[in-house]
Amino acid sequence: MSVNGRQVRGEVEGRTLLSTFLRDHLSLTGTHVGCDTGQCGACVVHVDGVAVKSCNMLAAEASGSSVGTIEGQAAADGTLNALQQAFQDHHGLQCGFCTPGMVMSAAALLKDNPRPSEAEVRAHLEGNLCRCTGYHNIVKAVLAASGQDVSGIAAE
Amino acid sequence: MPKDSGIGASSKRREDVRFLTGAGNYTDDINIHGQAYVHFLRSDVAHGRIVSIDTAAASAMPGVVRIFTGADFEGVGGLPCGWQVTDRHGQPMAEPGHPVLAQGKVRHVGDPIAAVVADTAEQARDAAEAIGVEIEELPAVVDMKAALAGDAARVHDDLPSNLCYDWGFVEENKAAVDAAFDTAAHVTTLELVNNRLVANPMEPRVAIGDYARATGESTLYTTSQNPHVIRLLMGAFVLGIPEHKLRVVAPDVGGGFGSKIFHYAEEAFCTFAAKAINRPVKWTSSRSEAFMSDAHGRDHVTRIELALDADNNFTAIRTETLANMGAYLSTFAPSVPTWLHGTLMAGNYKTPLIYVNVKAVFTNTVPVDAYRGAGRPEATFQLERVIDKAARELGVDPIALRRQNFVTEFPYQTPVAVVYDTGDYNATMDKLEEIADIAGFAARRAASEAKGKLRGLGVNCYIEACGIAPSNLVGQLGARAGLYDAATVRVNATGSISVMVGAHSHGQGHETAFPQVVAEMLGIDESMIEIVHGDSSKIPFGMGTYGSRSLAVCGSAMVRATEKIINKAKKIAAHLMEASEADIELKGGQFTVAGTDKSVAWGDVTLAAYVPHNYPLEDIEPGLEETAFYDPSNFTYPAGAYACEVEVDPETGKVTVERFSAADDFGNIVNPMIVSGQVHGGLGQGIGQALLENCAYDPETGQLLSASYMDYAMPRADDVPFYAVDHSCATPCTHNPLGVKGCGEAGAIGSPPAVVNAVIDALQSGGKTVAHIDMPVSPSRVWAAMNG
Repeated sequence: MSVNGRQVRGEVEGRTLLSTFLRDHLSLTGTHVGCDTGQCGACVVHVDGVAVKSCNMLAAEASGSSVGTIEGQAAADGTLNALQQAFQDHHGLQCGFCTPGMVMSAAALLKDNPRPSEAEVRAHLEGNLCRCTGYHNIVKAVLAASGQDVSGIAAE
Repeated sequence: MPKDSGIGASSKRREDVRFLTGAGNYTDDINIHGQAYVHFLRSDVAHGRIVSIDTAAASAMPGVVRIFTGADFEGVGGLPCGWQVTDRHGQPMAEPGHPVLAQGKVRHVGDPIAAVVADTAEQARDAAEAIGVEIEELPAVVDMKAALAGDAARVHDDLPSNLCYDWGFVEENKAAVDAAFDTAAHVTTLELVNNRLVANPMEPRVAIGDYARATGESTLYTTSQNPHVIRLLMGAFVLGIPEHKLRVVAPDVGGGFGSKIFHYAEEAFCTFAAKAINRPVKWTSSRSEAFMSDAHGRDHVTRIELALDADNNFTAIRTETLANMGAYLSTFAPSVPTWLHGTLMAGNYKTPLIYVNVKAVFTNTVPVDAYRGAGRPEATFQLERVIDKAARELGVDPIALRRQNFVTEFPYQTPVAVVYDTGDYNATMDKLEEIADIAGFAARRAASEAKGKLRGLGVNCYIEACGIAPSNLVGQLGARAGLYDAATVRVNATGSISVMVGAHSHGQGHETAFPQVVAEMLGIDESMIEIVHGDSSKIPFGMGTYGSRSLAVCGSAMVRATEKIINKAKKIAAHLMEASEADIELKGGQFTVAGTDKSVAWGDVTLAAYVPHNYPLEDIEPGLEETAFYDPSNFTYPAGAYACEVEVDPETGKVTVERFSAADDFGNIVNPMIVSGQVHGGLGQGIGQALLENCAYDPETGQLLSASYMDYAMPRADDVPFYAVDHSCATPCTHNPLGVKGCGEAGAIGSPPAVVNAVIDALQSGGKTVAHIDMPVSPSRVWAAMNG
């Protein structure tokens, strides 16, 4: 498969999850595992452009695919992309653990729906749990990243 | 005009860049060469006697290094409890042992029976399935009332009953409180449940033990809010490792909310096993394991009575609470329903007489300990619910009833020991009425009703005791630790600064906010200052982060250390400028001599300290590094007023939070953006408790019914609205140098009663005489209340 544009190969047990392959075999530890039932979304990556919970996919299923992870989101010189920058600007993260999955999930939304409504953002992120932010600033960051004016949303 | 740096600026968080690019360093991201993996075989019954454990087949499985059972830990200390409560009769609480691995009995679903260490995590898990365990099942003790019955099975055979303690506070007031009820014009009574919760930080716990045989040093990497506390507890009480041979590292930690304060068996196991097999040993919790091994929160059953005189003044409060301890005493469990709960029962009100009775109970459930707010949400919920009920019974406005009874003069000595140093509860209520647009509620209700929905408004106040805690006071109350904190300010030769702090940041943004304070004091750029935390080998002995204490306690230590730095730097500057030390002023990173144009830059002074060629070596030491320990003289008392508006669908009972507003008094604020974020997060958890979350056990078998996110309803993005938060009403704390109070727990403390008050208001508006619904206020409970 290719991961963040780089060709990688590996031989794993059939039961190895994509999240395990990314973390333990490729040392791409930005993809996090927060549950074991496919509920929390901390492990969301892109597989052939689609947001996927990587704990719910076998590594072997992604063979030959193009996989994108949080490590591949910023520019080569480290500059944050617009969505990442919006998360920082609007304090859309605290402990940071859910953040990679949140960013990857939101990126997939904005790809399909460049100017989502608040309700659409909330509905789309329903599969990504955050325990720190109460979602306020995450939703605000995603709306801001889509170019919408968020100045009217409750201060700070 | 908002500031763009220093105290009061919403500086963007510097820690975000690593978290947004996948470059964080969480404990599970750490792998040590040659590490083995442990899988814990956990009890699948709530209560039973271990008849036999057969590890022979499992030991022969591929990759298995060694299998440990309770027998391997005989002679090793158990997990200690850090707080001893004294009961109504002057007797110490019952304090059963808590072995690292079960010995003789299992006492809750998830109690670890055996631990398989293998070359890979998969091999360890496979082998654990091959262990043969025979358990003679015993009756499960689940319900607290039943647990206290004379014929109940006993969780601990060596204790006379399942009662941990029967606590009365203030015991000397009991007769006067009873008398006040006898003469009251009106008494409102409410029985309620404060539902059991699971903290659920998104990062599950992880522990890695490492042992260096050549030096005898052990290192534990762990998901902790307080590495020094873990080093003290595990080193001194469990494994007998002196501090200089034990290092505890808590790197990036993915949220804690209290659940990562405590010393857990898995930490002790990995440290112990690494030495035993002379290999690093790693454990990563699954979420299911987290549900059955992380300490739970809340789980109180309470009866509260409020007495009022004929003018609706509160005259007395009397409460009886059963508090679940679970199967063992977690690290700070006994303090939560007592000193963190009873002392807050006065709330924001001048009730002269209060008596709180708490019976703490052992059950065959996971241990219960501090979770965001810890005792204070339980106090706030019952008090603010009973006040709302009283207002309804008396036919008075609930806001007016609260205002009438507010404490308005400070300092205020409550009848429950604590002294509020400052506050202005009318100001936060005024602000709340403004930001919540309470005047516009009637129109919004009409709009909801026009579409067939009921709409309710719920308001409440809260107060909390934060900045934990004055060591001499808590020592008298049973704490077995000091609760100061510490900071070392190391100024480097070129003027940059490293600040080593005892507080631990796991989402709170200390790496951004703490430098704002030092930068303000020195007049230099924030970017010159870095915060170092989370490694006992690098930081001074501070007690970590919980109880909204980091800035109030550790921040105060940092201020004191920085003051020492300034004093010494002024001496050096005076020497360099050949002036009197008393005439030296520091402003904007420049030392000047008052009344002259002489000046010397910050960097020149710091360089002189480390290259002391022209330096008063006979008077002062070279170098520029200072440490301070700070022990607070009182708690801090953040307070505020919250409002929730809900819509209730009468067809289904579904409750939707339409608006939520919070007006808080946190004293002075260092980073408003971070403070708002802390409140948002607390509100999310409080709304979660009120509407969604419930940790449920089968009452007969003690099986944990909510052991995954399939069954435990976490709040999601579409369960909550945008919040309106305000913290402009600031009465600075009078006794710490920054005037700060702490903001981490307020949202979770203040929000559940507002939500429930709003639901009751909505149902009443629909003509339903519903007095109370227990949390979580689920559609089925609402529907049943409306149609029952």
